[in-house]
Amino acid sequence: MTGRTLAVVSAGLSQPSSTRLLADQLAAATRDELVRRDAEVRLHVVEVRDHAHDVVNHLLTGFPSASLRSALDAVAGADGVIAVTPIFSASYSGLFKSFFDVLEPDALAGTPVLIGATGGTARHSLALEHAIRPLFGYRRAVVVPTGVYAASEDWSGGTADGALRERVLRAGAELAEQVDRRPASTGPADPFALTTDFARLLGGGRED
Amino acid sequence: MQFGVFTVGDVTVDPTTGREPTERERIKAMVAIALKAEEVGLDVFATGEHHNPPFVPSSPTTMLGYIAARTERLLLSTATTLITTNDPVKIAEDYAMLQHLADGRVDLMLGRGNTGPVYPWFGQDIRNGIPLAIENYDLLRRLWREDVVDWKGRFRTPLQSFTSTPRPLDGVPPFVWHGSIRSPEIAEQAAYYGDGFFANHIFWPKEHTQRMVGLYRQRFAHYGHGTPEQAIVGLGGQVFMRKNSQDAVREFRPYFDNAPVYGHGPSLEDFSRETPLTVGSPQQVIDRTLGFREYVGDYQRQLFLLDHAGLPLKTVLEQLDILGEEVVPVLRREFDSLRPAHVPQAPTHAALVAARDAAAAGTGAGR
Repeated sequence: MTGRTLAVVSAGLSQPSSTRLLADQLAAATRDELVRRDAEVRLHVVEVRDHAHDVVNHLLTGFPSASLRSALDAVAGADGVIAVTPIFSASYSGLFKSFFDVLEPDALAGTPVLIGATGGTARHSLALEHAIRPLFGYRRAVVVPTGVYAASEDWSGGTADGALRERVLRAGAELAEQVDRRPASTGPADPFALTTDFARLLGGGRED
Repeated sequence: MQFGVFTVGDVTVDPTTGREPTERERIKAMVAIALKAEEVGLDVFATGEHHNPPFVPSSPTTMLGYIAARTERLLLSTATTLITTNDPVKIAEDYAMLQHLADGRVDLMLGRGNTGPVYPWFGQDIRNGIPLAIENYDLLRRLWREDVVDWKGRFRTPLQSFTSTPRPLDGVPPFVWHGSIRSPEIAEQAAYYGDGFFANHIFWPKEHTQRMVGLYRQRFAHYGHGTPEQAIVGLGGQVFMRKNSQDAVREFRPYFDNAPVYGHGPSLEDFSRETPLTVGSPQQVIDRTLGFREYVGDYQRQLFLLDHAGLPLKTVLEQLDILGEEVVPVLRREFDSLRPAHVPQAPTHAALVAARDAAAAGTGAGR
């Protein structure tokens, strides 16, 4: 049995938040599929709201507080990431973006990521494709094909087996598939590790 | 153990009065701080080097030469000298000249500079920061140690039969510290040459310092300069003191809240917890500073930042009085009593000359 960690980043602001609700559904679908594949799954939920001040402080001072550090490490060291944001003004929320702005540049390279978004109307659903997917593409993450958008109408149906449910299960299965085919994460990269020695530095043998 | 002050040289509005010092006032204040440092019994004054407003110290050896003429004991240093954008030939000349004028009371701390736009003003590119620091310093060492240098590199025009003048005082170059916050390559560089390593230790969590100093010590031993405990380590620190800690917090808070680096961000309380900043009574500063050795080991130099964020000169001089009268004598005694005999003191010019002569006598061959 392989141990797997999923980091669930939810940038909802209200409580309870439909963003967190969607994030939990995506996490459960992914976890269930990984368990079916004989993995032991640990979920690490990051409520970005809880780190809101620390995220801004990091932008200003250049370093994270201890609690933000552990949230960033959880994301950087995860086998898979579920990232869900409310749509504000036709894009991800500023807080969601700022959280990923302070995450180390290579932290998501090669990491399977499932993207989700919530909004009041389905008219904003393509923000997943024109804003959120490129953000993670830039971070060289492996973004699974299905992104899941939930509008108010998806929550009001009242049934557990509607169209949203189908998309959640498909997306969760896609993320589980990507996580399952990779070796387990070795944790976040150590920024203080010496990856060269002086002879190489002196020889100019370092990528600029 | 050496104690001193280092200054960034920022011109910043005093948030409590709205008044901004002129450049002349700020420059003279820096000199007054250096003179006061000697008067209250500190060992080191180090100035920053910057080439953009709101900073004034673009010409460190001019300032240090002036201070040298007005002091007797104070060791003059930098924090930092830009090894990336300065021509290493000019650094070799300027600091050798200063060595002669100051009778050897000179060392320097090298840094890269992290302001991208500055690099092209001096014909360089910040993306080459590390390779520039490596190549330029290697040339600087040769200019100080070899009378005639033939050299060819990547970033500067070649040198043919070049002699940097004046030659270093007594044939011994100034001791060099390498300053860095989080670049392991610079710890590696300091370790390779057996030079000192200085951790900023102001704006950053102690874990950064601990990891970088640990790496430097380990690589210092790897390159055969001694045991890890014998490596030469310096730390920054930032303090503000009043007799009663509540008074210190009340007086410093507006400066903290509006400071150029961390202002309008974390609270004073958060920042004091997350970084080595200590605002409180002299005893609190003593206790916190003594705690530094628990995560970096016995170290050789402690520099305090006292004069930024618009603090008026009068206040800074009061801080120096407290430091010299109440804090440093205790720290000096405590650190020295804790230091094992095999851990060296920070090198001075006299010590470096003596070591050179002893080595020459030992092998029967001078250099």
